[in-house]
Amino acid sequence: MASAHARIPRHSSARAILRATGLFGLAFVIFAAVLLAAGKDPIRAYRDILSSTLVDRYGFSEVLVKMIPLMLTALAVAIPSRIWLINIGGEGQLYMGALFATWAATYFAALPAWELLPLVAALGFLGGGLWAAISGVMRAYGWVSETISTLLLNYVAILIVSFFVFGPWKDPESANYPQTAEFVAAARLPTFFGTRVHLGLLIALVAFIVYHVVLTRTRWGLEIRAMGGNMEAARRSGIAIGRYVLVLMFIGGGLAGLAGVGEVSAIQGRLRPSLSPGYGYTGFLISWIAGGNPYGIVASALLMAVITAGGDVLQMAHRLPGSVVNILMALMLFVVLARRRVP
Amino acid sequence: MHNVEPLVALRGITKSFPGILANDRVDFDVYPGEIHALLGENGAGKSTLVKVLYGIHQADTGTIQFGDRAVQIRSPHDARRLGIGMVFQQFTLIPALSVVENVALFLPHLPAVLDHGVIARRIEEVSGRYGLAVDPWAPAWRLSVGEQQKVEILKLLLARSRVLILDEPTRVLVPHEIDGLFRVLAGLREHGYAVVFITHKLPEVLTCADRITVMRGGTVAGTLVRAEATERGLVGLMFGTAWPEEGSSRREPIRESARPLLELREVDTSGDGVSLRQITLTIAPGEIVGVAGVSGNGQRELGDVILGLTQTAGGKKIIHGQDATRWSVDRIRRSGVAFVPEDPLRMLIVPPLSVLENMALADTRKYARHVGLTVDWIAVRRDLEQSTRRLALEMLPPAVPAGTLSGGNVQRLSLVRELSIDPRLIVALYPTRGLDVRGATAARHLLLAMRNRGAGELLISEDLGELFSMSDRLIVLYRGRIVGEARPKDTTVYEIGRLMTGGVAGG
Repeated sequence: MASAHARIPRHSSARAILRATGLFGLAFVIFAAVLLAAGKDPIRAYRDILSSTLVDRYGFSEVLVKMIPLMLTALAVAIPSRIWLINIGGEGQLYMGALFATWAATYFAALPAWELLPLVAALGFLGGGLWAAISGVMRAYGWVSETISTLLLNYVAILIVSFFVFGPWKDPESANYPQTAEFVAAARLPTFFGTRVHLGLLIALVAFIVYHVVLTRTRWGLEIRAMGGNMEAARRSGIAIGRYVLVLMFIGGGLAGLAGVGEVSAIQGRLRPSLSPGYGYTGFLISWIAGGNPYGIVASALLMAVITAGGDVLQMAHRLPGSVVNILMALMLFVVLARRRVP
Repeated sequence: MHNVEPLVALRGITKSFPGILANDRVDFDVYPGEIHALLGENGAGKSTLVKVLYGIHQADTGTIQFGDRAVQIRSPHDARRLGIGMVFQQFTLIPALSVVENVALFLPHLPAVLDHGVIARRIEEVSGRYGLAVDPWAPAWRLSVGEQQKVEILKLLLARSRVLILDEPTRVLVPHEIDGLFRVLAGLREHGYAVVFITHKLPEVLTCADRITVMRGGTVAGTLVRAEATERGLVGLMFGTAWPEEGSSRREPIRESARPLLELREVDTSGDGVSLRQITLTIAPGEIVGVAGVSGNGQRELGDVILGLTQTAGGKKIIHGQDATRWSVDRIRRSGVAFVPEDPLRMLIVPPLSVLENMALADTRKYARHVGLTVDWIAVRRDLEQSTRRLALEMLPPAVPAGTLSGGNVQRLSLVRELSIDPRLIVALYPTRGLDVRGATAARHLLLAMRNRGAGELLISEDLGELFSMSDRLIVLYRGRIVGEARPKDTTVYEIGRLMTGGVAGG
């Protein structure tokens, strides 16, 4: 009879949004104090950030450009988190995706675009997916926690990419720059409206829809929700948990790999060691803020993209180091952590 | 009987939850020096009432009088300050800490520097007085369930609680531990403590209570002193007029020739907990094999091995004549093996999923359409209705999250789900533990009916009465080994009890 009455009060989503807004507002207020302390006018700084990101057409397109890898890496965290797996390896999976994509773009450069592009994307997905699956296997057999292994494999992945761009794949024509040769035109993801917004945006949105539909409508979604709701019951119901650990890690890693594909194939056009300014980690933060909720991820990715772009504004117009926005992101993390009450 | 004032008096307590009126104008008094049993079916409102008293819930209306003043109890913290303490069904000890540390954590006004020696001496002094002996330096994880309960009570005593609320304290105990608990409670009564004791077991109430309040459907059906109470009278109050029929265990002869549904041949396991050693066991169609044993002697491990949750370290497992030693849980279940657990909310039911979704989890492969892209919810619903009807139960609301159902309804959902596949082999792990009289009777009826239709069953239970009345054969587990086997009519409760505690057969 105890359980009959143990109803957990559920906050309405409107209240949750209001609360999140209030907390993020608090983060902005504290950051304003930091700006004041640095001798800057916070109101003007925020106005400049807004006018050069959300209001300005080009600025907004750049926000979208940043949102693409952020949404994908956030999904890479959110999907395994449905069964309580913690994937901190988005960064490494992004790099491995970029590496595999670069390989495809280089060795099949003679193919026409309609064959080459899907190949590049598929290999990018495979690269990120396999990288995450390593952690998946180690977790499924109970050898190593995926939290640790995904984190450590980030460093390995970045070093592997460095090995190739400094070594065998280095472009002889780029003097001393560690980078590969530029992709052929057929391996470049199409961009839209004369901006840098590329096909990855569409891919990310489709990934969200698929994620939502699979989770709510399919047999596998039901089993995933069962594992998320009661792992012991799922095991006793005969759900193959190890297989799901592997598959969800693979899919998550694959999506982070697609983020890498977008960066090399659409934005940079070649593989460089400084491929990502920590998209994988920011994606983790986004997924955490949103609690895995698809709409929340899109909204948080937008917020983080604006903040990242805001860093450039503060650097150029206000002569602050661009990394000052890391303070703001850290504040966001604090308020998110504060949201959950310690039982 | 009472010429003293009540220690606590609840008046007109009403508490509603969405869709349920859990307490309806309940009056409840607790006197010093009494054991007051709170009796009722699952869902009668007992837990809600004591949670109002302990400050976990706030009553919608009604007052609480403590001594001679009206009080507001807004949190367990308030309750503890008034000297009201509660022992929950789920114990709250921290496994890695010692008894001393666990007790210290609970004490009010904990000093910055703990003197473990002083606390240990207080524990020994109090535990000696009330028969609550435990080793103060033992880490909590090493304590048996009975000892953990003693520590929970000690915590309250050392924190100077005068009113002790025990929520179904006997549920987790074996018979001799129950006797010990009752002696402890009697000792506390002598020293003027007030004990509120929730249960739905009649014999316990008649053994140890001074006063009995019976709840039914959120209201008080009656309060009696022990001398006035009879078993029949209490049942009448609990259930209205209908007296629930005890299960008739009509037996069919076992078809000896039939091929066994399950064979274990010299099965060993290794790993956490108890390891099974050389288990050899067969279950034939139409046979219930009862497993007796003190909890923690390999019962759960035995069930887990049969269900494929634990791999064998040696030996062979044969299901329906096929070597199933390496089969997955899924394969074993699909071959017609069902599982009726002790605590379905933890072991079988997914609380945030709806009743219908939980039903679908019985066999997601069966209900998948378009290779799994969609789920055939109409078929799930049809099976839910069919199985419910076959078990002669009331239909559960399909769209409601399973976690919001009452304990009895969760148990019903688990039975409806597991028996919907028309299993040939049923592994039942303490299937009636925590059920009220009516629920337990219904569950036993179901298991017997399934057996009479030809299912084989492994019945793991601590209730010897249940084992003797239901089983065709009994085995006794002790430290992971089968130490005895007999037909119920050829043995006695005494003999089985001796084997359970490590005695030698026939000696």
